[in-house]
Amino acid sequence: MDNVLGTSPDDVQFRFRDDEVVDHAAVTVDSCCDQTNATAVRIEPGDDARVLLPFLDRLALIEVNFPSFGDGRGYSSARILREAGFTGELRAVGDVGIDQLSHMRRCGFDAFAPDKPLNEEDATRAFATWENVYQASVDNRRTIPQIRHGVNPKARS
Amino acid sequence: MYKYDQYDQAMVDARVAEFRDQARRRLEGSLSEDEFKPLRLMNGLYLQLHAYMLRVAIPYGTLNSEQMHALGDIADKYDRGYGHFTTRQNLQYNWIKLEDAADILADLSKVEMHAIQTSGNCIRNISSDHFAGASADELVDPRPYAELMRQWSSFHPEFTYLPRKFKICVIASEKDRAAMRLHDIGVQIVKNDEGEIGARFYAGGGMGRTPMIAPMIRDFVPLDQLITYAEACLRVYNRYGRRDNKYKARIKILVHELGRDEYVRQVEEEFAHMLDQGVEPPREELERIKPFFADPDFEDGPKHVDRSDPDFALWVDRNTNRHKHDAYVSAVISLKPVGGIPGDATGDQMRLMAKLAKQYSFDELRIMHTQNVVLPHVKIADLHALWTQLEAAGLGAPNMDSIEDMIACPGLDYCSLANARSIPLAQRISERFDASGKTEKLGELKLKISGCINACGHHHAGHIGILGVDKKGLENYQLSLGGSEAEDTSLAKITGPGFTEDGVIEAIDTVTDVYLQSREDGERFLDTYRRIGMTPFKEALYG
Repeated sequence: MDNVLGTSPDDVQFRFRDDEVVDHAAVTVDSCCDQTNATAVRIEPGDDARVLLPFLDRLALIEVNFPSFGDGRGYSSARILREAGFTGELRAVGDVGIDQLSHMRRCGFDAFAPDKPLNEEDATRAFATWENVYQASVDNRRTIPQIRHGVNPKARS
Repeated sequence: MYKYDQYDQAMVDARVAEFRDQARRRLEGSLSEDEFKPLRLMNGLYLQLHAYMLRVAIPYGTLNSEQMHALGDIADKYDRGYGHFTTRQNLQYNWIKLEDAADILADLSKVEMHAIQTSGNCIRNISSDHFAGASADELVDPRPYAELMRQWSSFHPEFTYLPRKFKICVIASEKDRAAMRLHDIGVQIVKNDEGEIGARFYAGGGMGRTPMIAPMIRDFVPLDQLITYAEACLRVYNRYGRRDNKYKARIKILVHELGRDEYVRQVEEEFAHMLDQGVEPPREELERIKPFFADPDFEDGPKHVDRSDPDFALWVDRNTNRHKHDAYVSAVISLKPVGGIPGDATGDQMRLMAKLAKQYSFDELRIMHTQNVVLPHVKIADLHALWTQLEAAGLGAPNMDSIEDMIACPGLDYCSLANARSIPLAQRISERFDASGKTEKLGELKLKISGCINACGHHHAGHIGILGVDKKGLENYQLSLGGSEAEDTSLAKITGPGFTEDGVIEAIDTVTDVYLQSREDGERFLDTYRRIGMTPFKEALYG
């Protein structure tokens, strides 16, 4: 029943991309590896994001599901996909709250489809929580140590 | 010690603002208690039996007198005039109102302090050797490395919702004063055969209901890969640590179930990948941090004290540690007065310790995981004046590493997890051993008391450990022997059936008698136990 998976564009509350919202039903990670035409996939917390790496070129949307916000495996999945060069839409779906937004953004998510719509004002503030950051991540922000020493983010290979 | 720059300060201020907003949403009702709980926990705010408890981070246990003074003021302003120093080198306030929490965090931020990540399933406050930068036996000061890791682990975007809490310890001497191998990750700064400084990593140690000693996972990580390697360790844990059962979610279970070698293989694979990701901070950052921990201007002076006052001489013998400069010592301020609550200090005592640190210890204090306070750099010539003031304030107990210097968790008097009380037991034991004069005869004897299986009182690592359990509605205490949190790390073994509160005090008396009768020259309780084994103790207890 792959065709019922996935969020619709209407569910996407926040998006940081200029391209068209992907409107394909997502398939499971297993199906994605078997089906050569799938362009959208949904990762569950127990899935290994790395099995998708051979297919990144044809994927326009990867949804990462957070059945419970306390299960942080999706943060690693997202970062791994961006580290591997995925440039499509990376959508956080499920139990996504105000207080997860800033970290999710840092891990490479650029679209958010929370189960419960979030207060827009609170969310805007949450995205802007950190004027600067300590860690280097896939958002390529210049880190505090880099600012201190006048160096630029290292290009990731 | 480390001073915040504008960026560090802005990070803490941002967190205070964020928390104020979260508390507002909770009080308005747009956040449920379930949603608020993990957020308040990440700011060190717990709901305990009687009130909220706030845990303040003291990174690697180091603070200055202004900070200690502020902690005393907060105790008076928002709590009941005291605070409790913990085995993570932190401070807990036990009587906090939710409405005040954001204001307390704002007060803390004014003195470069916070409660960030002192709780929750994230990387916790990093602990270290309480004699760092002072001890004669260290390779280097471990704190610059701990500070580098503090910054890296603060608000880490990937590792904020780990399977379970994560504790890191950094030391830099062969002697382990920080229970390094009982941490999720233990780091020992070492020198390799080429004379380069690097980091040796241990992973998967811990206490709790399944105590484990961390195996070494890498002998030498070059300093310019330190953060990258830590990141790889954490990523493997975040992805594969168990999330189906919170009691099996710590990294020790992952390392145990995968086996050390398989965990190492996965970390190495991730590490090789990460090395291309540019996550390591510029090497200049470590060099920027180091001077903050440079030696103060030590002066030559007398190397011996006047021992004509026997009480003073006893305190010097017991409560001072050899310093790298021979005119100085590190002085331990015992928070274990006879009959007192281990680790508690009043607001007045905190302000006095702050004043003494300013006067006698280059403005610096340390918190020990044994719930005492250290003045790291005290001139031997100043010791008598220092001791006189400590004595007058009830802070001069000469009992470091003795049976009276026990670790005890807050237990059922405060904690919502506890099965039994720890504090009254600790109080009665210290009164009894002090009154009988046996403390002195026993020498070094590390007693550790936990009020439940979560082992906050480190009972697994006690020469003598006590675990409070609930037995059909009654408090019952299990006795264990032979643990150590030092470089000879070992886990204590249970003697047999548990005891009542009175019974366990008798039992401790009994096992210490076995020791006194069996010990050979120079042996500590632990040494005798290791030599003669459990049987003689068991026979004396249950025979």
